[in-house]
Amino acid sequence: MDPRLALAVMAGKASATLIRRLGRGGGTAAPGVVASRVDPAILDKLARQVAAGCVVVAGTNGKTTTARMLAGICACAGLRVIHNRTGSNLVRGITAAFAAQSSLTGRPRGDVAVIEADEAAFPEVVRRTRPRLILLLNLFRDQLDRYGELDTVAARWGETLRALPPTTIVLVNADDPALATLTEGLTAPRRTFGLRDGRHQLDQLPHAADAATCRRCGAPLTYARLFLSHLGDYVCTGCGYRRPPLDTAAREVALCGLEELTLTLETADGPLALRVGVPGLYNAYNALAAAAAALALGLPPVAVAEGLAAFRSAFGRIERVTYRGRRLVIVLIKNPVGFNEVLRMLEMGGAAPTLILINDLDADGRDVSWLWDVDAERLRDAPVPLYTGGIRGDEMALRLKYAGVPPERLVPLGDLPDALDSFVDDLPPDGTGFVLPTYTAMLRLREVLAARGVVHSFWQD
Amino acid sequence: MKLTICWLYGTTMNIYGDRGNVLALAQRCRWRGIDAEVVTLGVGEPLEPGRYDLFFWGGGQDREQIPVAEDIRGPKGEVLRAEVEDGAPLLAVCGGYQLLGAFYRPHDGPELPGIGLFDAWTIAGDERFIGNVVVDSDEFGEVVGFENHSGRTHLGPTARPLGRVRIGHGNNGSDGTEGCRYRNAIGCYLHGALLPKNPAIADFLIGAALRRRYGEVALPPLDDALEAAARAAAVRRALATR
Repeated sequence: MDPRLALAVMAGKASATLIRRLGRGGGTAAPGVVASRVDPAILDKLARQVAAGCVVVAGTNGKTTTARMLAGICACAGLRVIHNRTGSNLVRGITAAFAAQSSLTGRPRGDVAVIEADEAAFPEVVRRTRPRLILLLNLFRDQLDRYGELDTVAARWGETLRALPPTTIVLVNADDPALATLTEGLTAPRRTFGLRDGRHQLDQLPHAADAATCRRCGAPLTYARLFLSHLGDYVCTGCGYRRPPLDTAAREVALCGLEELTLTLETADGPLALRVGVPGLYNAYNALAAAAAALALGLPPVAVAEGLAAFRSAFGRIERVTYRGRRLVIVLIKNPVGFNEVLRMLEMGGAAPTLILINDLDADGRDVSWLWDVDAERLRDAPVPLYTGGIRGDEMALRLKYAGVPPERLVPLGDLPDALDSFVDDLPPDGTGFVLPTYTAMLRLREVLAARGVVHSFWQD
Repeated sequence: MKLTICWLYGTTMNIYGDRGNVLALAQRCRWRGIDAEVVTLGVGEPLEPGRYDLFFWGGGQDREQIPVAEDIRGPKGEVLRAEVEDGAPLLAVCGGYQLLGAFYRPHDGPELPGIGLFDAWTIAGDERFIGNVVVDSDEFGEVVGFENHSGRTHLGPTARPLGRVRIGHGNNGSDGTEGCRYRNAIGCYLHGALLPKNPAIADFLIGAALRRRYGEVALPPLDDALEAAARAAAVRRALATR
């Protein structure tokens, strides 16, 4: 036994308990800081002992959902899983999760670790956990005030990926041209996944998409099929670089309203029909990624099917609550691509009055200019009133005004909790409303709903 | 009446919601019964003299700026300069602003020559200036936006700034200026997007375009209550976060 490690684990656990007893939140990150203070190498030491190895999941959108899907599949395969499931995805949050799920003797209580990593933390997380598999989902514009330009993130990832040993598998979404080029010519073996489906196409690149130019030669890309943002089946008009062949592909993606989706996975061992309990094309990508990762880890297809069938959404990503007799569908929005895809998904469930809550605290990104990259014009002809609220709700109202939403359908409200009350007052009894909060607005919304006995606190999730 | 808006390099340089500026220009024309057509002009596509009434040029990533810098050095830059000299209104934000100066010197890689429309030059600094900005402008009053740049822009002796920074860093973080004004052209670091929250600037650009094309035209006021509310929120946040 490593006494220093054991002490660090104990310190982490004790501080997590203390924080919760004091009612200071979920204790999902601070215990990691405390534990690392005692033993700076705690994460490296614990990660090394995980028998079936660590999986690091990274990407702009879908990390939390995909990691939870994969953890669910692992559990169905009979593995005990270490997982930062609340989405606390900086090094300290990951350390806290490992400490919480290890014994007091410093032994991880898991056969496999599924680690969601923040884009900026990705290099350090990879260096310290030495993953067996890295799952790369997508790279979209997100919180430019925090992460900097997308090219900066891509360059740092590239350095990390090129330094990987041949024992790490890099599993990449080949539909993302930026990730595909970034994973060419690595020492580590690469596997790919993507969509092979003609049903869900975009006519043109959304405004939120980064320039669809080749990262090898700078020439424009053309798409045989464009599925989501800049994800699709592409070829470069200059150097001819095209989407790499897919090792695992999804076809026959059927999106069934706001409830679920089905798809058929093409694998090396034949087709596998999957049913997933979350809606939207972006979740089809998440399910495809989780399934491809599970298969790459050698888990049985039946566990993949069972794990995804049993999957329920991560907290705040998509939630349905009943409040004062009204059904509220709450969907997190984080960045322009996510916002666009949420609007695309909600359209399939039929229109409902919608409350959009925009905050500009650090965790949301202090720069609200991203709202102007959202294709809010989709809402112009929605036959329902649109409400705005949150610290920067007025900016959202302005965005909708310039999208052409007529004033009689535009209702600017103040901050929470008043915005929620006014919105719910306006909904017919038994009616349905959509609520789209940014991250800290979602936390605040849950706080309000929890205080009124409607939802559980997230760390009980 | 109709105005044709030229969105320079709109497909590659459209970071940080700068598209909101084009939306604001077009919508504020339409709400007044003026047709507005937006034409996006990319690298290699010629700029036809006399065709456009208003120019917008947004920011981009460094990588995207290189082919653009080369493109604007050619005939396109000459036409653009002649249009502005002739009174055409132009708004350039961040990357576009930098390339309208004498040069942009990045951290690494070659210096990018600009077209020298503004008497200004830009050198990349170490610290990135990120945050809410409030500027006091004699022409437009209180101007709000969000800056995110590492370039330090210095104004030459003939240059006139857009305004003085009240909150934030502005052109270079040291001399208190933000942006640059020349004839009916405005260059600045203000994302946000700028024009929806600062309708006085949008209407200045539209008014200048109308005058140049149609002579003296009255610009009827619009109900800017939502604009004012969004501005006030931005100023409050600027005060709270800097």
